[in-house]
Amino acid sequence: MSIGLGHYLTVASILFTLGVLGIFLNRKNIIVILMSVELILLAVNINLVAFSSFLGDLVGQIFTMFVLTVAAAEAAIGLAILVVYFRNRGSIAVEDVSMMKG
Amino acid sequence: MYEAIAFYGFSAILLLAAVLVIVSRNPVHSVLWLILAFFNAAGLFVLLGAEFVAMILVIVYVGAVAVLFLFVVMMLDVDLSELRAGFAQYLPLGVLIGVVLLVELIFFVISGWTLGPALKSAIVAAAPDAAQVSNTRAIGRLLYTDYVFVFQGAGMVLLVAMIGAIVLTLRQRPGVRKQNIAAQVSRQRGDTVTLHKVETGAGA
Repeated sequence: MSIGLGHYLTVASILFTLGVLGIFLNRKNIIVILMSVELILLAVNINLVAFSSFLGDLVGQIFTMFVLTVAAAEAAIGLAILVVYFRNRGSIAVEDVSMMKG
Repeated sequence: MYEAIAFYGFSAILLLAAVLVIVSRNPVHSVLWLILAFFNAAGLFVLLGAEFVAMILVIVYVGAVAVLFLFVVMMLDVDLSELRAGFAQYLPLGVLIGVVLLVELIFFVISGWTLGPALKSAIVAAAPDAAQVSNTRAIGRLLYTDYVFVFQGAGMVLLVAMIGAIVLTLRQRPGVRKQNIAAQVSRQRGDTVTLHKVETGAGA
């Protein structure tokens, strides 16, 4: 059987769901939450590239690169905030993040 | 045939690695599974004919983001057992929401839709024949012409992220005595050395 667009979309859906599940399961561990966000963005990228390939339109791949850029920036800023937070509090538990009383 | 084998292999390892990312006890193991997931996603991209994005994925994600994660995980001295607390507590709700989300997504995928004929005329930048123009060249031609301003904007995003990360993590510690080269070089002899005429036999 040939591999169609639906196969790639199914893989991306499962990956997206795993990312969301990771955010739910690791409520205390903000590092794994950031990794789950990366998984979600990877699922989005698979969707974009699959549509780009099966439609014969290159813009999907261009957009994938911009998503990748934003994901890299987000990881850098998120980890920097995490390091500063750990330096101040000595823990990375998400539930303690109420210092700003927002 | 070979494409199907490669697709199912890459997909199976990708999803397995993703599961292990979210259930691993040790965050270091999570990062390593994340790297495996990125490699297999790059394999899927190669199968789709997007070689350039696949290589960028390996370079950016595995080479930069995952290593950044690894550095942070290893530098922070976190209590692993404390991080796992609440895992079983949130498991039923998480699995419930995950299953609902997955069923909805899969339903839309397999509900028998087809690409409409109007989509052919809506193509913005048709991919050239892969035998004549390579994927990298085609992306470069598009990225540096039609999307050059967006490309510059992406560069600005990265610049802001870099400055932000540096500003956030830079720390001025007042008690530390560091070498001040400018002060050393600009030091004059007259500032520090004085000659005293001492009488013979009267020196301390």
